[in-house]
Amino acid sequence: MSDSKNTRRGFLAASATMAAGLGFVAIAPGIRLIEAASAQGKLASSKVRYGLLIDSNKCKSDCDACVGACATENGIVEKVANPRQRAQWIRKINLVETSTGKTHSLPMMCQHCAKPPCVDVCPTGASFKRADGIVLVDRHICIGCRYCMMACPYKARSFGHQALTTQNPEVPRGQGCVEACTFCVQRVDRGLKPACVEACTNGAMIFGDLNDPNSDIYKRIREVSSRQVRADLKLDTGVRYQGI
Amino acid sequence: MFTPNFRYKEGPAFYLLVAAGGLVAALGVAAAYYMEHMGHIVTNMTNQIPWALPHVFAIFLIISASGVMMVASIGTLFGKNVYKPRARLACLLAIALLAAGLSVIMLDLGRADRLPVALTHLNPTSEFGLNIIFYPTFLTLTSLYLWTLMEPRMNRYSKTVDLANLIWRLMLTTGTGSIFGFIVARQAYGTAVLAPMFIISSFAWGLAIFLIMQRVLYGWSNMTLDLAVLKRMKNLLGIYIGAVFYFVSVYHLTSEYYAKQGDFEHFILIGGGIFPMLYWGGFVLLGTLLPLLLIFHPRIWPKPGAVTTAAVLVIGGALCHLYVLIVGGQAFPMEMFPGMTATSSFYDGAIEHYVPSLPEILLSIGGFGIVFTIAIIGARVLNVLPQDDIAQLKASGSLTD
Repeated sequence: MSDSKNTRRGFLAASATMAAGLGFVAIAPGIRLIEAASAQGKLASSKVRYGLLIDSNKCKSDCDACVGACATENGIVEKVANPRQRAQWIRKINLVETSTGKTHSLPMMCQHCAKPPCVDVCPTGASFKRADGIVLVDRHICIGCRYCMMACPYKARSFGHQALTTQNPEVPRGQGCVEACTFCVQRVDRGLKPACVEACTNGAMIFGDLNDPNSDIYKRIREVSSRQVRADLKLDTGVRYQGI
Repeated sequence: MFTPNFRYKEGPAFYLLVAAGGLVAALGVAAAYYMEHMGHIVTNMTNQIPWALPHVFAIFLIISASGVMMVASIGTLFGKNVYKPRARLACLLAIALLAAGLSVIMLDLGRADRLPVALTHLNPTSEFGLNIIFYPTFLTLTSLYLWTLMEPRMNRYSKTVDLANLIWRLMLTTGTGSIFGFIVARQAYGTAVLAPMFIISSFAWGLAIFLIMQRVLYGWSNMTLDLAVLKRMKNLLGIYIGAVFYFVSVYHLTSEYYAKQGDFEHFILIGGGIFPMLYWGGFVLLGTLLPLLLIFHPRIWPKPGAVTTAAVLVIGGALCHLYVLIVGGQAFPMEMFPGMTATSSFYDGAIEHYVPSLPEILLSIGGFGIVFTIAIIGARVLNVLPQDDIAQLKASGSLTD
């Protein structure tokens, strides 16, 4: 009788150990994420609001250097048979004014809204906004429901339709999760500019802290007339456009 | 006719019905496994149309789950005696429909393996997030209500539980309608009329499913439904069909009124290829006018087959309507730059074309397989078959027009 009790106790103890082990395995990715976020030694500050000013007058319709730089930096180099299933974190849009025929060209990406609809609708909170205004997807808890893709007024998000093997170690991507422009957060946290901005030789993109009076973007946005795309939605976008 | 302790006879019919439903469900699960393994690259869903056929079916099933319970409430809450014996079957169908709808939507997730994440992380501003509360509570209330119906000592609580469930269902379907109602990005959505439209649709679609399953179960049991009972139910279906058509018309007319929506309405109703075809041919003609004719034309009645046909057509029309709303709403390009035409490698400004792939079709239809299998097994093990005491109904005046 006591033997059987001991056996049962042993079994229960082993089960508890296994359960704890499994629990750790389940939680561990989350812990890693927190470590990664603070890897640069400081957390994102709410005093900062990162933004981007794009001058469509300087953006050439035949230039897509920003798109190429984004793909290289973020490892978006996979081959996809159906082009409609290909991820595009940044794309060039060519516009023609219907009444005048005037043309414009500009890059479009996640607008890093202050009130992002993707964050509102995400059932698990995987879509989130950092304190400094950068909108990201936590790929540990994204379940791939694509509600955020339905809700984004800028069609800025892409879905991981297939398994990937060409990721940049600093930029987590994968099958079954939604992804979008991160403002190259891995670079920004190191004090660098996003890859697209650095690649733009026409000077059409200014990146910086919208709250910092000493930043170029802060000054420029007060000198020129700029607009937010779908300003009617009052999402307070971090990306502004000049010249359209 | 009235057999209070009715039980089904053992026979091959039960196993055949379960095998048929199980096969369709199994094909759906196999398709989901294939999609999970290979990724959504094997589907025709894209970055332009991220929600497609599985969402059409899943939303149909979930909405119908809420609506079918009206059959029960009409008896329990509103005191219509004809509907009282139908409450148990309504509960069973509601549970089956909800289980099927949730299965389809969960199996379509990019990371279906992260279901526990969805259950443990709740974003209260998300309609999807709130559904994590809405759906299990609906399931619990419906099960509780079924218990109050089946356990004589609990009978006295059935009205209270059903009232709570009715209120909860109205909230749930409002929430499901608001999944689209709160989307401001696209022209097709972002309107409050979607919530009441989904509620009235749920009544029609739920009743249609009930009528079909009632017919199947009666056929299986070699029983005949009294025509006076059927007449009341088919008349109610007719009223629901008219009400759905009213709300869908209001949705389009209000949208048409705003100049900025004109292009979208033209696309959906006239120039958009498959979408106007599905709207006018599928929803209006086959899903609304023809069922109304079958239900109300004096020369067609009394033919029980006509009512079942009408119910099947209502379901077909519902799927067409949801397809137009969900897929059509995404196929029309988002207008980011009013007054300008846009082109890009990401298909900005372009009308999207979508044809469902085989895995999507199998997963979607698999939902119906799940409903059917659960309903047949449930009807076998539970005493849910509606049985009418016609003499008593006539004596109480419940069958007068």
